[in-house]
Amino acid sequence: MTVTTRQPAQGPAPQRSAGSRAGELLARVFGGGSGTVFALLIVVFAAIFIVNPGFAEPPSLMAFLKQAAPLMILAIGQYFVIVSGEFDLSVGSLVGAQVVIAAALIDGEEGRTVPVILLMLGFGILVGLVNGLITTLLKVQSFITTLGMMLVLYGAIRLWTGGAPTGALSEAFRQPGRGGIDMSVVRQLPWALMILIGIVIIAVAVMRSSYGRTLIATGDNDRAAGFSGVRVWRVRTLAFVMSSVAATVAAILIGGYAGVTAQVGQGLEFTAITAVVLGGAALGGGRGWVVAAMAGALTLEALFVLFNQLSMPSTIRPAVQGVIIIAAVAYAARERARPRHHQEVPSQQQSNEA
Amino acid sequence: MRTTRALLAAAAAAALMLAACTTDEPSDTAAPDETAAASEDPGAGGEDEETTDGEFFVRADYDRQLAQRDIAPEGDPATPWLQAIEPEYVDTAQYAQDGNTLCFSNASVSNPWRVTGWITMQQQVEVLQQQGLIGEFRVSDAADDDNKQISDIQAFIDAGDCNAIIISPSTTATLTPAVEAACASGVPVIVFDRGVNSDCMVTFIHPIGGYAYGADGAEFLVENLEPGSTVLPLRILPGVDVLENRWAAAQEIFADSELEILGDEFTGGDGAEIKNLVTQALQRGEVDGIWMDAGDGAVAAVEAFEDTGNDYPVMVGEDELSFLRKWQETGMTAVAPVYSNFQWRTPILAATMIWAGEQVPVEWVLPQDEITEDDRDEFLDRNADMPSLHYAKFGGEDLPGFPAAWQDR
Amino acid sequence: MSRAVAVAGTGKAARRRLGATELVWLALAGVLVIGAILVALDDQNLFSIANTRDILSRSSLLGFVAIGQTLVILCRSLDLSVGYVMALSSLIAATTMNGDPARVPLAIVAVLLVAGGIGLCNGLIVSVLKVNPFIATLGVGLIIKGYLDTEYQGPAGAVPSSFQQFGFSRIGPVPLSTLVMLAVAVAGILFLRKTRTGYHMFAVGGSADVARLSGIRTGRVLVTAHVLCSIAAGIAGLLIAARFGTGSALVYNSGYDLESIAAVVLGGTLLLGGRGGIAGTIAGVLILAVLDTVFNILAVDPFFKDVLRGTIIVAAVAIYARRQIDRKASRVRFGGDGGSGGTAPPEPRPDQPTPELAGGSR
Repeated sequence: MTVTTRQPAQGPAPQRSAGSRAGELLARVFGGGSGTVFALLIVVFAAIFIVNPGFAEPPSLMAFLKQAAPLMILAIGQYFVIVSGEFDLSVGSLVGAQVVIAAALIDGEEGRTVPVILLMLGFGILVGLVNGLITTLLKVQSFITTLGMMLVLYGAIRLWTGGAPTGALSEAFRQPGRGGIDMSVVRQLPWALMILIGIVIIAVAVMRSSYGRTLIATGDNDRAAGFSGVRVWRVRTLAFVMSSVAATVAAILIGGYAGVTAQVGQGLEFTAITAVVLGGAALGGGRGWVVAAMAGALTLEALFVLFNQLSMPSTIRPAVQGVIIIAAVAYAARERARPRHHQEVPSQQQSNEA
Repeated sequence: MRTTRALLAAAAAAALMLAACTTDEPSDTAAPDETAAASEDPGAGGEDEETTDGEFFVRADYDRQLAQRDIAPEGDPATPWLQAIEPEYVDTAQYAQDGNTLCFSNASVSNPWRVTGWITMQQQVEVLQQQGLIGEFRVSDAADDDNKQISDIQAFIDAGDCNAIIISPSTTATLTPAVEAACASGVPVIVFDRGVNSDCMVTFIHPIGGYAYGADGAEFLVENLEPGSTVLPLRILPGVDVLENRWAAAQEIFADSELEILGDEFTGGDGAEIKNLVTQALQRGEVDGIWMDAGDGAVAAVEAFEDTGNDYPVMVGEDELSFLRKWQETGMTAVAPVYSNFQWRTPILAATMIWAGEQVPVEWVLPQDEITEDDRDEFLDRNADMPSLHYAKFGGEDLPGFPAAWQDR
Repeated sequence: MSRAVAVAGTGKAARRRLGATELVWLALAGVLVIGAILVALDDQNLFSIANTRDILSRSSLLGFVAIGQTLVILCRSLDLSVGYVMALSSLIAATTMNGDPARVPLAIVAVLLVAGGIGLCNGLIVSVLKVNPFIATLGVGLIIKGYLDTEYQGPAGAVPSSFQQFGFSRIGPVPLSTLVMLAVAVAGILFLRKTRTGYHMFAVGGSADVARLSGIRTGRVLVTAHVLCSIAAGIAGLLIAARFGTGSALVYNSGYDLESIAAVVLGGTLLLGGRGGIAGTIAGVLILAVLDTVFNILAVDPFFKDVLRGTIIVAAVAIYARRQIDRKASRVRFGGDGGSGGTAPPEPRPDQPTPELAGGSR
């Protein structure tokens, strides 16, 4: 546990005065690892507003948040796994599988909506448990576990539905992702946004709890965590379960937002991992802030909007995206490499860095 | 110097490879013919990469396909999968035989259009198996991987007991050498859906084509929108030649119109992406019409207009049922271009015809008629019990497995 | 392979790894036996010349990519851009050749140079800019994708029939491309065994810190691995051009990035770096090829194939892990941290880039 208290950038240290807490928050937002993502977010948004001032109007912003919510939720889930030192490549496949399951089981019947959603949550928990237990107990590297899970889910769901989704979603199922409360200023306050806020609150609370600190300590050095009495397998498995549950919630929102298509969910795992890393989390674990991970997802979504608003030729967009991601992560790495806490870094290692 | 050594190792490997390639005589495989000539064929990529309507626009093909839409096909309209437009028949007496093992190399069943067609094909095979016309039906699926499909075709050739090989290539051009090797093995080869840059196969079965598909939608937009209206084109993926043809034809027609085209976007066929893109386009300004190179996710595009409180656009979808149902429900102005799904029956029937020594068209062009508001309801009635990602013109209503086989897939 | 291992690691590690490589070939034998039985139940022979050819020709393309991937994974990096490099290479090859046999050497040189250049970029971004390899190579892949999508609307270029022999001719039952792949594998094994850079790769993957402290220029080793990996992907692109008769951008959709990583891990190389080798990788590639052939002969539903493939990969890796646990349980999980994890006290490293570099593939 000493690990965390020595690193202010990693876990919230409990019991501080309000003032130092605010200072800590500021330091967090604009310091070191996660500073880059918030700066990038501001730049991208500023650019969008300049290109299209209409985007700053509340209805447009609400529509944007509605479409960005699923990726942000996925990023939160992925954050738990990454910060614990693992990977979850199965989330894209899981989102696709859950939407197809929902359509096939609901089959247009309103009355089945709630039972099916509960079933989906159960299935999500099951997938997370399998991922987590194979990784921790059978000692299969999570990259491979979740790659296998990705293939299995992709194949099994198509095997079940004969290759293309069947059935139909109910109107009630579509509400969380598509609907909202009609209002005057914002036109519609999306349910998706409220669900997102709820999940963010839960995620921040989790990371502030002792479990959250244990999670980061495990990711930083699972051996040391193990020595200090942490049951590493339980901590990590729970992280996988949270990731799968987040993917399930994202699936409910995506399915609600856009209905069933055969390609739903494809490639989301890479976008989610990119978002988390963009948010300053270290692949390999031990460092990262959940809010920054979410900001990473928001930045990616905003970047796609900016490309669109600039009418950039769609074929060039991946290249620009690639450059920006590499540049942002490289910049953040440089920031971190700067010796801020001289006393903590042994000088010999410093010279070796150079 | 360590790096140098590493590079030396790599260079050695490369040199070894070079030597191996040039010194080896072609052994037992049928050496692919001069495919260099293939690049002059229509459809093959030229090497000059113009980015806009360059290599994937061949005017002669475009003009021919647009003209073919107005030619009445030969054959019974009740069985469109046996009709043919301006067929030139070829004699198949040399392939007449009693053997009836049919081999099929499928590109994939990775989208609902292919899934629907694949079910129809299997149902057709079942009927002919019961009649004793087809024995074993051997299938390999390449999961959209061209290289796997080349191996699949080679495996059929090597097995040596296929009496006919049906190939649905995953990409035009890239499978040309493999198809030519199959032809060279002496087995009758049937290619359908996408083509290859060769004419070695006995018959090439396809609907009129991508230019006609793209033009159907584009012309509808030009007719139904005021000059100066805006159209948002949505495309699935770049670099897929058949989809590039659809887009090239649409661009050709839009260029002669007074419509304003709002860039073009790639959606990956994902509903969420489609809805995002349309929503963002609506935030930028008005969108009066939507052109799509395939109807997957057309409903999501329509919903984006509903959710943002905009009027319905003039819509180009496809004969996919979810779109047809949405169209009926909303009463918007729309058209559903069709890439005839019933073509999946034809190669099976063609194989039995070839074995019987009957003539088949060398290029078997199937009819490809869009669904308009006039016949939309008729097709919806006919497919009333079908799932939403099913294609209206699947042409399997007379097969014994109907309707269960397509419902519980 | 076992000797290369012995050079690189401690004696203890060598014993364990010798077991790992053997185990992979044993697994291959097992898959062959089970496959042969299943195929025999279907009244066919898995070892017929036709089927043997099929297995071998399916292995060659993935083989090239996986050999390169092995090198970067040994260094505790990974390369997600290989699919894009393959696609770009096939297009460069086909458009440079343009149907003219005399231009074949030029095309090969061009492909190897471009691929090597991309590898250099990957390596420098990872080692100098300290960007995690997952993100670095994903980003470089996206950049190449943007170029491909913009420049090519479909297959382009033409490959002369002389070069198509690389993809289609065979010597007896063995496809030429498989022979070349095996030759590259042997070159790779020799490289890892006989050259200093080669065995430094094991050290860098074991622990970058310890390697650095013992005077190894870790950045240079890492860059070399990335260059060689991209060149291997470039050769795979050449094979694609030979087999397609043209270049195709869509190759990047075929999932060779993840499949090659799966093959490497299936081959017993540790994703945490420092342990494994090319001999195991070849066995891993062959396992996947045998599965492919058997599934095809038995006409397994294409979606069920994915389920089986996913399950088998995870199961195999679980078995390797289980075996390693039996030897010495506690080393496995933390083995990748190498010396620092084993001897030094747990070190908080928030302000150093090292964990990002080192922890890439956990």
